[in-house]
Amino acid sequence: MLDINKIREDFPILKREVNGKPLVYLDNAATSQTPQQVIDVIVDYYHNYNANIHRGVHALSQEATDKYEIARQKIQKHFNAKNSYEIIFTSGTTHSINIVANGFTTLLKKGDEILVSAMEHHSNIVPWQMLAERTGAVLRVIPMNMEGELLMEVYDELLSDKTKLVFCNHISNALGTINPIKEIIDKAHVVGAAVLIDGAQAAPHIKADMQQLDVDFYAASAHKMCGPTGVGMLYGKEEWLNKLPPYQGGGEMIAEVTFEKTTYADLPHKFEAGTPNICGGIAFGVALDYMNHIGFDAIAEYEHGLLEYATQELLKIEGLRIYGTAKNKTSVISFNIEGLHPYDIGSILDKLGVAVRTGHHCAQPIMDFFGIPGTVRASFCFYNTKDEVDTLVEAVARAKAMLE
Amino acid sequence: MQIKEIQDEIVDEFSMFDDWMQRYEYMIELGKSLPLIDEKYKTDDNIIKGCQSKVWVHAELDDDKLVFTADSDAIITKGIIAILIRAFSNQKPQDIIDANTDFIDEIGLKEHLSPTRANGLVSMIKQLKLYAVAYQTQLN
Repeated sequence: MLDINKIREDFPILKREVNGKPLVYLDNAATSQTPQQVIDVIVDYYHNYNANIHRGVHALSQEATDKYEIARQKIQKHFNAKNSYEIIFTSGTTHSINIVANGFTTLLKKGDEILVSAMEHHSNIVPWQMLAERTGAVLRVIPMNMEGELLMEVYDELLSDKTKLVFCNHISNALGTINPIKEIIDKAHVVGAAVLIDGAQAAPHIKADMQQLDVDFYAASAHKMCGPTGVGMLYGKEEWLNKLPPYQGGGEMIAEVTFEKTTYADLPHKFEAGTPNICGGIAFGVALDYMNHIGFDAIAEYEHGLLEYATQELLKIEGLRIYGTAKNKTSVISFNIEGLHPYDIGSILDKLGVAVRTGHHCAQPIMDFFGIPGTVRASFCFYNTKDEVDTLVEAVARAKAMLE
Repeated sequence: MQIKEIQDEIVDEFSMFDDWMQRYEYMIELGKSLPLIDEKYKTDDNIIKGCQSKVWVHAELDDDKLVFTADSDAIITKGIIAILIRAFSNQKPQDIIDANTDFIDEIGLKEHLSPTRANGLVSMIKQLKLYAVAYQTQLN
């Protein structure tokens, strides 16, 4: 059992008020809050050992480099990657995806096919559309049903020897569906296609095992898992990372430079041009420590309880419909109330101190699929409570009364 | 009435309310009195870009004055555009161009000016003024 009161003490921001009401933060799928332990590390970095890494011979640079590389090892261990150099520090999931999309420009030819799931975030659609335009490859969509589950039998049909890449999120940000990624990966490998899994939404809830999944690429962002913004990771299998060209040119990513030719550095530096978010990378490692200390099994169990309770209570409100009712889903509830605009509901919830997301959640194709302008999305983290769910439900009922 | 006078009148009305709920309820009421846009003008061209909800605005000249009609699929947004149109409709284009919009702040709708509100209110004001500029050019 999690001691939620004790956990909440770790998050200073949860004590603040918004519009004169205690903050109820239910926008965790957009970004999670930061525990004191991570804030302390950020302060400590700038107080004590701020220096550029991998370059200086002086003590501070060495210290910062060591801590940064320890963070990389923590990430490697957390995601069970075979080698630490298969973990690339990035600015976040979008950056990670773009490294792969850019890299495949040289590996695809006209007529090759890229499969992408129907429930992707824009950041996992647009880079592939751009890649398709550059290479003449064709983008094909794996459809979903009304519950928000991928139609795996259609996926089977779409797979062929033309399929070179498959992209899918581990968990949908708009619907909360947990996709059967192991099956998706194994089937793609049968036809020789590479798979990139967008783990941005899954990483805060599920400890993904790179070797067990046998995934080719996996991307995640620190700020959704108690870490700071502006840092994330790309896992790539060594053989794939060696095949892909660098994404950006600059310092750090070179082995030797003359005006005639540059040879690239070894992994992971080949993909880490320029001075990285050093402090952010170190803090990412500490955020993982924090979450692992609580334990992912305990987190999953607790959040599932919150999801079930919130679903049950919200559905008591007449006219409320939940989008994304997959059997296997995480603590995200996207909903609308019949006849009301999500923006109106969100505006009133904000006045009542409840932070939710409204709009299309950067997943317009999903909204088009359901024929709606957007949804209100409440997303729960392990520091949320049943009392906060009650506050949400009361606030939604009040908004409904005001707007009808 | 001049734009400034109407704005003062709106500020007066809103000053009667003690809390945000009453203000919002009044805004929702005002939305219901919005001069609705003719369905045939509810085209993509007339949608104001940059709003989370859809807002359509149409403008036409009545003699030397500009008349606005609008609609939105969100109720609060409808209230906001209704307030703006009450201040700007039936006014000369040049007066609309010259009008300042500080009254929005005074009636406690400042949060709708923030960038995270998808620039809704800012985009609406900009669009009304752009119409005024277009018609002013025509009048000249």
